[in-house]
Amino acid sequence: MSNATLKELSDQLAAGACSSVELTQEFINKINKLGKGLGCFISVDAERSLAQAKAADARRAAGNAGPLTGVPLAHKDIFCAEGWLTTCGSRMLSNFVSPYDAHVVGRCNAAGMVTLGKTNMDEFAMGSSNETSYYGPVRNPWNRDTVPGGSSGGSAAAVAARLAPAATGTDTGGSIRQPAALTGICGLKPTYGLVSRYGMIAFASSLDQAGPMARSAEDLGLLLNAMAGHDPRDSTSLERPAEDYNRDLGRPLQGLRIGLPREFFAEGLSAGVRQAVDEAVAQYRKLGAALVDVSLPNMGLSVPVYYVLAPAEASSNLSRFDGVRYGHRARQYGDLLDMYKRTRAEGFGAEVKRRILIGTYVLSHGYYDAYYIRAQKLRRLIAQDFTEAFKSCDVIMGPTSPTTAFRLGEKSADPVQMYLSDIYTIAVNLAGLPGMSIPCGFDGGGLPVGLQIIGNYFGEARMLNVAHQYQLATDWHTKVPPGIG
Amino acid sequence: MKWEVVIGLETHAQLSTVSKIFSGASTAFGAEPNTQACGVDIALPGVLPVLNTGAVERAIRFGLAVGARINSPSIFARKNYFYPDLPKGYQISQYEKPVVEGGSITIQVGDAEKTVRLTRAHLEEDAGKSLHEDFHGCTGIDLNRAGTPLLEIVSEPDMRSAEEAVAYAKALHALVRWIDVCDGNMQEGSFRCDANVSVRPAGAKEFGTRREIKNLNSFRFLQQAIEYEVRWQIGELEDGRAIQQATVLFDPDTGETRMMRTKEDAHDYRYFPDPDLLPLEVTADRIAAVRAAMPALPAARREQFCAQFGLTPYDAGLLTASRELADYFSAAAAGADARTGKLCANWISGALSARLNEEGLEISQSRVTAAQLRGLVDRIADGTISGKMAKDVFDGMWAGEGDADAIIAAKGLKQISDSSEIEKIVDQVLADNARQVADFRAGKEKAFNSLVGQVMKATRGKANPQQVNDILRGKLGG
Repeated sequence: MSNATLKELSDQLAAGACSSVELTQEFINKINKLGKGLGCFISVDAERSLAQAKAADARRAAGNAGPLTGVPLAHKDIFCAEGWLTTCGSRMLSNFVSPYDAHVVGRCNAAGMVTLGKTNMDEFAMGSSNETSYYGPVRNPWNRDTVPGGSSGGSAAAVAARLAPAATGTDTGGSIRQPAALTGICGLKPTYGLVSRYGMIAFASSLDQAGPMARSAEDLGLLLNAMAGHDPRDSTSLERPAEDYNRDLGRPLQGLRIGLPREFFAEGLSAGVRQAVDEAVAQYRKLGAALVDVSLPNMGLSVPVYYVLAPAEASSNLSRFDGVRYGHRARQYGDLLDMYKRTRAEGFGAEVKRRILIGTYVLSHGYYDAYYIRAQKLRRLIAQDFTEAFKSCDVIMGPTSPTTAFRLGEKSADPVQMYLSDIYTIAVNLAGLPGMSIPCGFDGGGLPVGLQIIGNYFGEARMLNVAHQYQLATDWHTKVPPGIG
Repeated sequence: MKWEVVIGLETHAQLSTVSKIFSGASTAFGAEPNTQACGVDIALPGVLPVLNTGAVERAIRFGLAVGARINSPSIFARKNYFYPDLPKGYQISQYEKPVVEGGSITIQVGDAEKTVRLTRAHLEEDAGKSLHEDFHGCTGIDLNRAGTPLLEIVSEPDMRSAEEAVAYAKALHALVRWIDVCDGNMQEGSFRCDANVSVRPAGAKEFGTRREIKNLNSFRFLQQAIEYEVRWQIGELEDGRAIQQATVLFDPDTGETRMMRTKEDAHDYRYFPDPDLLPLEVTADRIAAVRAAMPALPAARREQFCAQFGLTPYDAGLLTASRELADYFSAAAAGADARTGKLCANWISGALSARLNEEGLEISQSRVTAAQLRGLVDRIADGTISGKMAKDVFDGMWAGEGDADAIIAAKGLKQISDSSEIEKIVDQVLADNARQVADFRAGKEKAFNSLVGQVMKATRGKANPQQVNDILRGKLGG
């Protein structure tokens, strides 16, 4: 049963083929068996999960079940969940039990979903390999010597290893899509503002966006239906009528115009990834799509622009972690300044400190115009590139990541190499566009390759349609890592 | 050398919203520490600010009242610094684009009127409070005040004396209360000023180096602090020392200012637009709606009072010290002619104000209503009672003895204005006081007053004094 998709589980629960308690217990057993070795979870709480499952079964018995009632999922540990330890992968919050639910968690709870646990992640979502977590690295189920990507590495690995049928993630520069690609699952970053950021611990507020991670496009749509919607507690949450993101799944792809940015297929792209993506594009031609050559001339600037803006916002967002009201506080200190210094020196890891330093620098008097203001201007140019490209195509496709999963420790000494891992995903966040990754094959080493699909603003239903039609014609998304299943 | 003083004020007015500027927690003063601080106020991980539209509405009202431009969009920015009572590690404020820009306030110093230009007014949140006593060497943090909405009103350096600065602060204080955006309670910190003070040789073009006196929460302290600071700065300059740009605190106990920090150790606040809040758009319709709901402003009311009742600008100024007072006067003088209107003004600024002051009451708590006061003034105007009798009637009204007419009847205070009756009494007095009459005829004017006194005594004060005068002079062949 743990190999079933969210949709299949939803159908089985509706048909009475199993109860939520049974289902939840099965996933808990699998987490107990495999979770530790993979490092997917920071917190599990079987009692709490089973209580939720029991309530879901009662709700179903009372005839009030929705499509996701009783279906379990895992939440990235960036989401506050009432009564749950919520660490954001950091020592700083290693003692923080949230007194409230994030909007996303609240929506999933309201749908009757069962929380299986809180997944591991790069500290404060800063990383592309899940190696910056205070709780240790996550291992990629396809090859445990490799990383699962990041920052939503725990969620991705848990879904890939069938420890959860789906999980929530967040994506600031590729943190849903890149780990989805590296672990052979599906992940979607919605249009900025579609899913409320309330209760999601902020990294870079103007870029952060929550989204679903699962094993099929259809499952992503199901979960997105639960997650999305206006929230007055987030001023950047968009007021739009509710929609069914799976409404267009069955639409044929005849006449679909796929834009292929030449910058996505240039230097730096590994051969194995290139080949799988080329084959996927060929498959789309077979499905009736037309290919259009497009250009995103400023895409090369997206990594430097991102590494000015994201750290700038982060340096301010992380100021609240000062040891005064909650979280880690140094055991010994002299005066107030010393308390701050020791608390933050102990509470934050190296990558977080690096970004706080960069962010503080670029916002400093005398540097603000040269860095922050210029980066904001370039950000607009990058967004304009997409607007221009979408004049001649319906979706944009390319690789999600330049390589497949790399070895643990391979890039941790070289931050710039690590940052380049997100070269194809970052521009999408800067533009606020929706983007997703679906599995499209394997490289020579048997590691999964992700195909990135970028939609126009609010194009989620169309993207899911494009992905679903591919998944009807191919079976990459059904592949199970060795030793799992 | 002759020195010129240059002063600019930054005023923090706490906006009178029920809830905080970015959260739903209450702004009520005086609650138990940390009972009015929600997740947003204590900056839990993941929480987000949502702008209180009531705070925006009040900022617009202020902007319109001072003739300023309302910017749309205006931008919320983060001011970053670490302090234990600043939970987020940044204060949400407005920096490059404030909601209100420009405008001016007219002040009265002695007989002169002066216009003080405003630079801007912006919305921001207050910080919490650090409590350094009662915690055995530790610091207590109370976050009830964190997130309270403030309007920071910045003036141009247009004031040239402590008196002008106080007049400006008082005018501003009256205005924010008048338009109901701030309760003006200075003890509770709802209205507090920072004063930027510098001096320069009279006639110089360039400003001198300024020092900023922080957190002055009474007009008296504002005056004392500026006066001390000006003396200190002139002393330094005359002794050949340069002024260093600094932030100082005023100590009310010593009456002196004391250095807090210099420019060198000033923070780099690293302002940048807050990505959690959208640019604040204010539509023309919204501005029009605020304008439509705006009460008539003090200047307009003053003009009306002068035009309608012939009041002097000074008297009209007294009556427009607050909206309640102006409304009281308007109600008392409703439909009155100029003479009655002026009498109302005199009674309000005189006896009534004195009595309110004595008992520490606001005009809204007056024991004599506007209608009652008018009832009294009408009896003075129509000659029923004299001014002296009116004082007794007023005291009776204050004591709750009823309206003027009832008190006049009950105490038998009605003035005798019947000339034949007065003449009879005068004749009697002249007959009884032959010596005084002789004295008067011999040129002793004093004797005349004595005779008037005798007549008043005989009527127990009820005779119309003017009539008594006229009749006496007639009879004495004057």
